[in-house]
Amino acid sequence: METRKTEILVGVFVAATIVALVFLALRVASNTDITRGSTYTLNATFDNIGGLKVRSPVKIGGVTVGRVSRIYLEGEYYVPVVEVQISTDYDALPETSTVSVLTSGLLGEQYLGVEPGFIDDGIMMLEDGDSFMNTNSAMVLEELIGQFLFSQREN
Amino acid sequence: MDKLAKLGRSSLDIFSGMGAALIMLLQSIIGKPQPAKSFPLFLRQMYVVGVQSMLIIIISGMFIGMVLGLQGYTILVDFGAEQALGPMVALSLLRELGPVVTALLFAGRAGSALTAEIGLMRATEQLSSLEMMAVDPLRRVVAPRFWAGFVSMPMLALMFTAVGIIGGYWVGVQWLGVDDGAFWSVMQASVDWRADVMNGVIKSLVFAFVVTWIALYKGYTAEPTSAGISSATTSTVVTGSLAVLGLDFVLTAIMFS
Repeated sequence: METRKTEILVGVFVAATIVALVFLALRVASNTDITRGSTYTLNATFDNIGGLKVRSPVKIGGVTVGRVSRIYLEGEYYVPVVEVQISTDYDALPETSTVSVLTSGLLGEQYLGVEPGFIDDGIMMLEDGDSFMNTNSAMVLEELIGQFLFSQREN
Repeated sequence: MDKLAKLGRSSLDIFSGMGAALIMLLQSIIGKPQPAKSFPLFLRQMYVVGVQSMLIIIISGMFIGMVLGLQGYTILVDFGAEQALGPMVALSLLRELGPVVTALLFAGRAGSALTAEIGLMRATEQLSSLEMMAVDPLRRVVAPRFWAGFVSMPMLALMFTAVGIIGGYWVGVQWLGVDDGAFWSVMQASVDWRADVMNGVIKSLVFAFVVTWIALYKGYTAEPTSAGISSATTSTVVTGSLAVLGLDFVLTAIMFS
């Protein structure tokens, strides 16, 4: 009888753990990361990537469609290249698409915003390993202030 | 010269102690598995170590979550950012407070009991009697307690975290009026399953290993007198807590930097 009581209480203990784990999995953590499924890789070259980091989100119209997977410098002029993984649910981006380094809110994290381009005859879709043609670099506050002061002086 | 010799002697003592502890652990857990014999012993220890610690863990988790909700709200409301209460409560519990406070409470609640029990077994020569009957006390007494501690502490940490988040929800949303939907959705947006939940579980596995190991070793090598058992019990709680806090810093530096 004593053993049976122990077994039942250990069973309750294990069940409570499973309930806690399920609660953490379903209610607390986000398990629907867009890059969990199958993805394809695109590259983008910038003059300046600002505060972009690996795992920063890639968004189209505010909806996350992928993540930054690698950031490195390329060539003899050390041009920053950002490699992104985009979910294959969104595999019809035309090569005229624009990608910009944007900031969410005034103090928020930086992300890559993709603006899908126009589709016409002779416009190809971006495939795995292709690069974005049109990119806008991050806005650096110091540079903006510098430009502003410079234009004031000219006036 | 005397000073140097003293330093040398104390370092040698520390290293030989660590070596003896490692040998004790390896001798008790490595060997031919005998599930039919060892499972009932393990179950019994799960009851003593895990189930009996459940109440204190759940109540502490509840209160810590509630305090986090209350303190977080009073600071965040100044910035109009009370929606950030959800991730603040969830991340601090998942990454730090869940594993660490559970390990500290576990060292105090279950670790000291393990040390005192094994120390008293040694003092009353129960361990020697087992040896006389050709029963290895390491396999019979130490191993089931080690596995029970190692398995049950991460489980307790998960319960602590879950209950703490519910406590924070209760204070933040039900009492102070943070928006219900925002509390959960902002939390889900910033808590990552692998980076936050799994790293917390890894932390508590490490703490469970260390705390249980220290408790068993201190008990096994306790001086067989009442003063010896009392100092071994104290030493379990002190060494265990310090080891947990020190390891927590190292693990945090590796995981989240």
